[in-house]
Amino acid sequence: MQLTLFLIFGALAVAGAINLLVQRHPIYSALSLVTVMGALAVEYLLLGAEFIAFVQIIVYAGAIMVLFVFVIMVLNAGEVIDQPRSRIAAFLGLPILTLLAIELISRVYGDFGATTLTMGSPMVQTGPIGQSLFHEFLLPFEVTSVLFLVGVLGAVVLAARREKPQVVAATRQQHDQEKAMAAAQR
Amino acid sequence: MTTTAFFLLSLVKCLVVLFILLTAVAYIQLAERKIVGRMQARVGPTRVGPFGLLQPAADAVKFILKEDVTPDGAHKFLYVLAPILAVVLALLSVTVIPVGGMVQLFGVHTALQLTDIDVGLLLILAVTSMGVYGVVLAGWSSNSKYSLLGSLRGGSQMISYELSLGLALIGPIMLAGTLSLRGMVEAQRHLHWFIFPQIVGFFIYLTAAFAETNRIPFDLPEAEGELGAGYHTEYSAMKFAMFFLAEYVNMITVSCVATLVFLGGWMGPLFGPVWLVAILPTLYFLIKVSFFLFLYIWVRGTLPRFRYDQLMSFGWKVLVPLALANVMVTSLVIALK
Amino acid sequence: MVPLSYYLALSAILFCLGVAGFLFKQDIITVFISIELMLNGVNLAFVAFSHALHQVAGNVFVFFVMVVAAAEAAVGLAIIIAVVRNRNTLAVDELSQLGDK
Repeated sequence: MQLTLFLIFGALAVAGAINLLVQRHPIYSALSLVTVMGALAVEYLLLGAEFIAFVQIIVYAGAIMVLFVFVIMVLNAGEVIDQPRSRIAAFLGLPILTLLAIELISRVYGDFGATTLTMGSPMVQTGPIGQSLFHEFLLPFEVTSVLFLVGVLGAVVLAARREKPQVVAATRQQHDQEKAMAAAQR
Repeated sequence: MTTTAFFLLSLVKCLVVLFILLTAVAYIQLAERKIVGRMQARVGPTRVGPFGLLQPAADAVKFILKEDVTPDGAHKFLYVLAPILAVVLALLSVTVIPVGGMVQLFGVHTALQLTDIDVGLLLILAVTSMGVYGVVLAGWSSNSKYSLLGSLRGGSQMISYELSLGLALIGPIMLAGTLSLRGMVEAQRHLHWFIFPQIVGFFIYLTAAFAETNRIPFDLPEAEGELGAGYHTEYSAMKFAMFFLAEYVNMITVSCVATLVFLGGWMGPLFGPVWLVAILPTLYFLIKVSFFLFLYIWVRGTLPRFRYDQLMSFGWKVLVPLALANVMVTSLVIALK
Repeated sequence: MVPLSYYLALSAILFCLGVAGFLFKQDIITVFISIELMLNGVNLAFVAFSHALHQVAGNVFVFFVMVVAAAEAAVGLAIIIAVVRNRNTLAVDELSQLGDK
């Protein structure tokens, strides 16, 4: 039962990831990633990590990816026409990457092939995670929150449209004139 | 319990819940038309059946028979996916809502709930946060500027108010010490309803919930005066009905959560013979939920729509700081106790 | 019973697909999405180890990764908006002003 679920959702995750690479339009890539995240959330549930599974959906799928979809919509991003790149890279890239994957997986099997997870072990309760977060990892937690604040400020500064001072002054002047004219007419 | 019995029981429960939910949506909608009609000195639908009681059936037939139009230049896949996503996500959150205590029905001991998971409240928040996709994809894929504007508004509104919604729920979560909705109700025995210590949280939740479900006075995504019908302008027939269904199911979910978290769920005075004691909890629950649903309709008949910038600045500059302050004060009080 | 190595293999595959996307795609948004895919692959390994070793720390780390990813997404998307506003393109290959071409 566990294995079947693992295989179904593992396959779904891999299919989503491949679809992400194949799709030409960024919005389909983003939605493929949402699928991957959903599948991974189920894997987390299988691993007994209830809290993380739902936080994955809330934060990753529900906030971060929505932001991506939003930006794609606002920028009206379409398909990017691929430019020709280095030939050698095109020939060597895929084989080397496959090699990397095989190496990684064989390493994993060599080191952890013998270990089996004790599946069906109780769910990780939300309480212990909180305890750990606010005792053992209190400093990292605080530092991350500062990082997050800086990130938010940075995003606002970067994305805010800065109007040139002269333009602002000119618009204001025009606005005042219009107001004066309206008053005069009245 | 064997696996087969478990699956069978779950299936039966799912069908029962689905049936009740769809009927409820149909009649809430009728009630809304009736009540808003009375508020505007009209009578509302009366022609189909006695007192217009068969109106929902007529509406359903109309939705099924209408022509299903797909605009030119629409992204077909997403255009079809969006309403399905909206309705599936809306129905998903109902699974964790308990409507009463444990019952003994036909020799089966079961909870009046599809499934009781430890993080039920998180599931509801997760589903709410995914609900944005339905709105955003619908608007983008229909290839229409009104839809796009509606979905941009809807998306940013839902993301913004989700924050206050989550923060408002943190107070009760801290008081109850659990994320399970059943545990939350159990913690409110003997009239220890969380609305009393969390009155600020309650009103923040209520406001954010109205915005999350895109209802007046926060119905900017479908402002019919300026955007046609917002993100579902281009949808017709059953696809439109799906959005409609999703909106009303979301209203029910949000009302149920408000009842469970702030108003003590099915808790209330028990008296009378055995059969009365058995159905009273569920009755209390239904009365409380109906109150919230009536509030939705009442507000719709009363308040005008916000302007978009007012909506955003209200969300970010008033609700979020207030909710944060509420969380801080609550945790301080709990720590000092 | 699912062996730990299965989860790690899945995590490795997802990570490699993320690397592939990062290297091959020419669309700045998809490149960014691929980074998120890599982070997701790593998260799976964290949770799997956390489960195998019966420790909560793995779950906590995933939580941190998510927060950092959120901050990264906010800043990264802001940069993308700024780039599109100034250069009017999403193709990474066209953003080569600092190169010697």
